[in-house]
Amino acid sequence: MPDTALGAEPTRPHIQQGLGRGWRVVARKEFADHLLSARFLVLIGLLGVAAAAAVFAASSGIRAVASDTAGIPALFLKLFTVTDDPVPFPLVVFIGFLGPLLGIMFGFDAISGERSQGTLPRLLAQPIHRDEVILGKFVGGLAVVGLMLTALTLFVSGIGIFRLGLIPAPTEIGRLLVWLIVAIIYVGFWQALATLTSVTVRRAATSALISVGLWLVLALFGSFIFQAFANVLAPADDQAAGLRAELLLSRISPITLFSETSTVLLDPTQRTVDLVTIEQADRAILSNLTLTQSLSVVWPQVVGLVALTAALFAVAYVSFMRQEVRA
Amino acid sequence: MTMAAPTILTRRLTKRYGETTVVDGLDLRLGAGEVFGLLGPNGAGKTTTILMLLGLVEPTSGEIEVLGLDPARHPLAVKSRVGYLPDAVGFYDGMTGRENLRFTAALNQIERREAEERIARLLEEVGLAAAADQAAGTYSRGMRQRLGIADALVKDPAILILDEPTTAIDPEGVAEMLGLIRSLADDRGVTILLSSHLLHQVQTVCDRVAIFVRGKVVVQGAPHDLASESKGPEQVEVQVGADEGAVRAAVAGEKFLRSLRPGRIPRSYLIEIDRGSTNQLVSRLVGAGLPLTSVRRISEDLDEVYRRYFHAEEVKTGA
Repeated sequence: MPDTALGAEPTRPHIQQGLGRGWRVVARKEFADHLLSARFLVLIGLLGVAAAAAVFAASSGIRAVASDTAGIPALFLKLFTVTDDPVPFPLVVFIGFLGPLLGIMFGFDAISGERSQGTLPRLLAQPIHRDEVILGKFVGGLAVVGLMLTALTLFVSGIGIFRLGLIPAPTEIGRLLVWLIVAIIYVGFWQALATLTSVTVRRAATSALISVGLWLVLALFGSFIFQAFANVLAPADDQAAGLRAELLLSRISPITLFSETSTVLLDPTQRTVDLVTIEQADRAILSNLTLTQSLSVVWPQVVGLVALTAALFAVAYVSFMRQEVRA
Repeated sequence: MTMAAPTILTRRLTKRYGETTVVDGLDLRLGAGEVFGLLGPNGAGKTTTILMLLGLVEPTSGEIEVLGLDPARHPLAVKSRVGYLPDAVGFYDGMTGRENLRFTAALNQIERREAEERIARLLEEVGLAAAADQAAGTYSRGMRQRLGIADALVKDPAILILDEPTTAIDPEGVAEMLGLIRSLADDRGVTILLSSHLLHQVQTVCDRVAIFVRGKVVVQGAPHDLASESKGPEQVEVQVGADEGAVRAAVAGEKFLRSLRPGRIPRSYLIEIDRGSTNQLVSRLVGAGLPLTSVRRISEDLDEVYRRYFHAEEVKTGA
C-alpha cells in the first residue's frame, strides 16, 4: 500500500501539549476524596485533641509568665510555644511530631492505590501527561494538609483571642503566617517521602510502613545517630567542636530544620540557632528581632527544607515517569 | 473519508525488554469502522501492543500511526481520540458509576453540560442507568466491564481499544458485550481493536482477526477465509467395530493415508488423510468388511486453526 493513504484524514492535536489542566482535575478529585475519607476524620480528631490540650496548657503557662513580668514580647505567639503541666509539649512541638504522620497519611497510597484499584491504566489513557497524575496527587494532598494546619492555627488563635483576650499584633500575624507556610512545606516533605514509597512499593501497607519507619527512626533515634557520627568526625578532646558537628549533622533531618525555624519565627527574642557560649549570651544586647531579621536567621533552614522536599518529590516524580504502566 | 484510510497502522513494530522480544515485527492495518481481533494466548504481547498504540509504552523499533499520528510524539492528541478499556478495568470504588465517568469527562476537558448528557446517554446504552448512582464498588464484573465501555466512550472516540473485553463475564454478558461492540462499529463507525485469548467468543463479531503468538502474527484475515485457507491434510474420525490391527490392515499401503491412531473412545480412530480422499477411505474400510458405524470429518473452523497454533505454542514453551 502506498504511504499516501496515511494522509487521508490527518487529525490535528486539539489539546495543548505541555502541562495542561489535567493536574488540576486530578488534584481536585484527590482533595475531595481526602476530605471525605476516614483518615481525614481520624487526623482532624487527633489534631483537634492535640490543639485543645496544647492551648489549655499554653493558657495556664501564659498566665504564669504574664503575671511575673509585664511587657513580654509577642505574648500571643506564646500560645504556640509555651506549655504547662500536665501537657508535655507546646503546640509547635506537636506539629513537629504529628506533621510527618499527616504527610504520610495523605501520600502513602497516592500511586499504589491507583495500581491496586486497577485505575492507573485507565487514568493514563486519558489525554493528560503522566506527570500531571503525580503532581495532581501531591498538590491535592498538600491542599488538605494546608487546610488542616490553617484551621488548627485559626482555632488556637481564636481561643487565645476570645478566652485569654490576647490580641495579635500585625507582626505576630505575619510571623504566624510565615510559620504556617513553613509547616506546610515540612509536612510536604513527608508527603513527598510517602509518595515516593507509593511509587516504588506495590502494596499500600508496605509503603506506609516504610515511611512511618523512616519517620520514627529520625524522630526517636536521630539524635543518637547524629551524635555517633559527630563523635567520629570531631576531635575527641574538643567538646564544643563535637557539639557543633552534631548540630550541623542534625540539620540533614527535616525535623531539626522545622524545629529550629519554628523556634526563631515564633519568638522574636531568639537571635540564633547555633551554639551560644556563656560569654556571648552575657554580652548580647537584649532586643527583639523583626520578622525579616528572624527569617534571615533561619533562612538556611527554610531553604534546606524546601530543597529537601523538592528533591524528594523530584525522585518520586522521576521514578514514576520511568515506571512501566503495568509494573 | 475513503475506506482505504487506515486508522491504525504499524510497521515492523518491535518491543524488547532486555533479551526478551515481546512484540516482534508486527504489521497491522486497520480500516475505519472495522472490528479487528488480536487473538492469542496470554503473554503473546497483546497488551504491550495496545500500550504502544496508546503511547504508554515506547516501542524499541518500528513505526506506529494512530489516526495519522505517532502516539509517542503526540500522546495527548492520540489519547483524546482513542477510548481504552484495560484488561481487568478498575474504578474508584467509593465513587458512583456516574461520578467515575464525570472524572474521565473532566480529564478530557469536556464541557460540563455536554458531559452530563453524554454520560446519561452512555449509561443508558450500556444498561447501567438504574445503577448509575450506586458506588462502583458494588458493581458485578459484568457491570464493571460495561461501565468500562461507557468510560472509554465518554471522549467520543474514533477508535476503541478493548483489552480482553469478554474475560470473566457470564455468557449472557458476553453476548450483550459482543452485540454492543458490533453496533458501535456499524452505527457509529468506530474502529475497534479488541484483544482476546477466547477466540470462539469473539470471532463472530470480528471483521478480521490476527492470530498473535509470541509477539508475531502467524495468520491474519477474515475469520471465514482463515478457516478455509488451511490446505494441509484432513482429519477423519471413524468408528469401526474392529480392533486397530484390522483397521490398519484395511488401509495399509494406501497413498492417501498419512497417519492412524486410536481416538478418544474405544473402537474409534483418528485417521489423517489427503484432503478430499474421505470417500476412498470409506470404501476401503467397507470393502474390507469392517462394520463402520460412523465417519466424521473433524471440522476445520477458526477455532481449530487457532488451537493448532495455540497448542503448538504451549508445546514449544513446555507448558
